[in-house]
Amino acid sequence: MSQIKSLPDLKKKREELKTGLINAIESKNQVQVKVAMATCGIASGAKPIMEFFMEQLEKRNIPAVVTQTGCMGYCYAEPTVEVKLPGQDPVVYGFVDLKRADQIIEKYIKTGELVDGIIPVNYETIDSKE
Amino acid sequence: MSKYTMHLMVCGGTSCNSAESDVIVCNLRDEIDAKGLSDKVQVITTGCFGFCGKGPIVKVMPDNIIYVQVKPEDTQTIIEEHVIKGRKVERLLYRDPKTNEIVGDSKHMSVFKKQLRIVLRNCGVINPENIDEYIARDGYQALGKVLTEMTPGQVINVVKDSGQRGRGGAGFPTGLKWDIASKNKADQKYVVCNADEGDPGAFMDRSVLEGDPHSVLEAMAICGYSIGASEGLIYVRAEYPMAIRRLKIAINQAHEYGLLGKDIFGKGFNFDITLRYGAGAFVCGEETALIHSMEGLRGEPTIKPPFPAQSGYLGKPTNVNNVETFAAIPVIILQGAEWFSKIGTEKSKGTKVFALAGKINNVGLIEVPMGTTLREIIFQIGGGIRNGKKFKAVQTGGPSGGCLTEKHLDMPIDFDNLIAAGSMMGSGGMIVMDEDNCMVSVAKFFLDFMVDESCGKCAPCRIGNKRLHELLSRICDGKGIPEDLDRLRNMSLVIKDTALCGLGQSSPNPVLSTLDNFMNEYEAHVKDKKCPAGECKNLMEYVVNEENCVGCTACARVCPVNAISGQRKEVHHIDPTICIKCGACKEKCKFDAIFIR
Ligand SMILES: Cc1cc2nc3c(=O)[nH]c(=O)nc-3n(C[C@H](O)[C@H](O)[C@H](O)COP(=O)(O)O)c2cc1C
Repeated sequence: MSQIKSLPDLKKKREELKTGLINAIESKNQVQVKVAMATCGIASGAKPIMEFFMEQLEKRNIPAVVTQTGCMGYCYAEPTVEVKLPGQDPVVYGFVDLKRADQIIEKYIKTGELVDGIIPVNYETIDSKE
Repeated sequence: MSKYTMHLMVCGGTSCNSAESDVIVCNLRDEIDAKGLSDKVQVITTGCFGFCGKGPIVKVMPDNIIYVQVKPEDTQTIIEEHVIKGRKVERLLYRDPKTNEIVGDSKHMSVFKKQLRIVLRNCGVINPENIDEYIARDGYQALGKVLTEMTPGQVINVVKDSGQRGRGGAGFPTGLKWDIASKNKADQKYVVCNADEGDPGAFMDRSVLEGDPHSVLEAMAICGYSIGASEGLIYVRAEYPMAIRRLKIAINQAHEYGLLGKDIFGKGFNFDITLRYGAGAFVCGEETALIHSMEGLRGEPTIKPPFPAQSGYLGKPTNVNNVETFAAIPVIILQGAEWFSKIGTEKSKGTKVFALAGKINNVGLIEVPMGTTLREIIFQIGGGIRNGKKFKAVQTGGPSGGCLTEKHLDMPIDFDNLIAAGSMMGSGGMIVMDEDNCMVSVAKFFLDFMVDESCGKCAPCRIGNKRLHELLSRICDGKGIPEDLDRLRNMSLVIKDTALCGLGQSSPNPVLSTLDNFMNEYEAHVKDKKCPAGECKNLMEYVVNEENCVGCTACARVCPVNAISGQRKEVHHIDPTICIKCGACKEKCKFDAIFIR
């Protein structure tokens, strides 16, 4: 890893990463799957869900990146998983067990058909707040 | 791609569901089938929209129209009008309560978006174990800006002007704290992050550390630059292994990029962060006890002054801030003091993260602007009370706080309003209680915690809390006398006045606030020997309702101590001297013939 020696360095790095991360995913038409893996999520069984997505997406030949992330805040609906199809807004699914994970792959990821258990976005972000 | 051109999203949150949203789903599906649209329109159930007061909710996509308070019989209209003819169903649209105007497009419905995520901006968004994802979302830009373009004094002024106050409990102005630490001259100073988080039911700080550890590291370095410190310490409880793991990874990655260590951004500023583990004592969250614990001494508090900013870790000026306080700093620097100070109330700026727990539908982690009301938090975002029960109280501020009731529901929450109402912000735990909670037992529960956690150094806390607990136990056991209530209050006030540290000074708060708000419940315990909520076992009596009892013997067979007698087809009887109040008989009875007196 190269060191960041100045503010312009960091800005350059940020732009590279931003476009890099996005391009890498969009150009390969990859599906992005994020699994909430804070203590609470793991305690409710997020780990096997994450492994399932990694294994099965590969097995079913779907180009995808599966990553872990922190708590999304929906403790009542753990495990929670965010799925972003190329060119679309991300969708968060709650109460994801292996059966629902399978549905998400077969229906949502393969055909774009929504699956029960979507959690609506109910917050504003720094960017949306002018 | 999807064959469907339209989606009807029906809220399946617990609150909407109890208002028949499942029937709505069935009806919609039937109508769609009947109209031959099942290959074009899909009905989906979703999690909670956070707008339960107006549920059940049906959202039509891609039109982005939200219908509120939908009834099962409205489904036909929605299908015929909206889905087929493309006309909005006006009477089901949401109207602004003030202007009575229809709010159509859900994008403009701020009512649906009560939450604003500043501290939690990256939680659940980035991979916390990958610094690149943090950098891609403006990570370390604030540190870069501070080191490159600002003097320490300017940074402190921005934090002061933002109005940021400490989120660890007391709400001390953060900029002022930094200013004091910066003015104390010393060869070495320290920045400490308080990640002890000992309140039962609180998990805000853990979630930030697990979801966005770099935000805390970045802010600590900014603080170090402002006050002239080159060393930072994070005091984190050993019970948070995942937080510790991610902090370690984050510190290593920041080092590899040169964002921690020597000569950061080539500006000659050095800053390093190490971790210290706490063994989980509540009192070690108090800053002087925390510092002693880090020094390898007993985790006991000492009298202030001297404040840590004067003489803290190893006798050097030390700035202690909470995790959440730090996590907001990079945003304050990048967005500016003015932006931040526009959010919140006059004296409490920004947002607050709350951990919602207890008898609430949507247990979870939320972040709202200061000034949001308890009603919005509990009944909209929180989805209301579980199982349709009645709201009774909410404990804010953890064991040192107090309970708030129905009459406080519309009060805008900020540091000062909560104190005025007899509670406090604390670190942000919110424990919701319903009609089945006995408030005397609640006070006893928190005192139990305090007796366990008192370090024993000062007598008022060590002995006083124990006596309070004894009194409360006696009352719950049905052995209390009316004079006990005055005794409780007097002793509470003395402990508050005389205890050494914040733990003892605030430990009687749950007692005082329940006395203030639920005197009738205390009186029922000591005078009538009754527990109105039916929680105190010794004050309950299971009795047979003679009119309903058919003599089926089911209760007698399930009773583990043979307290129930009676012939088949005759009214049964429960012997209160044998009954252990396990409730098995009441559960078993099919005829509603057993009740609690
Ligand atoms: C008994 C007791 C427990 C405390 N526990 C915590 C804690 O777990 N986390 C925390 O940040 N502050 C805790 N505090 C408050 C700290 O003493 C201190 O005020 C705080 O860390 C300062 O940071 P802030 O200005 O950012 O709020 C506690 C105080 C007392 C009296």
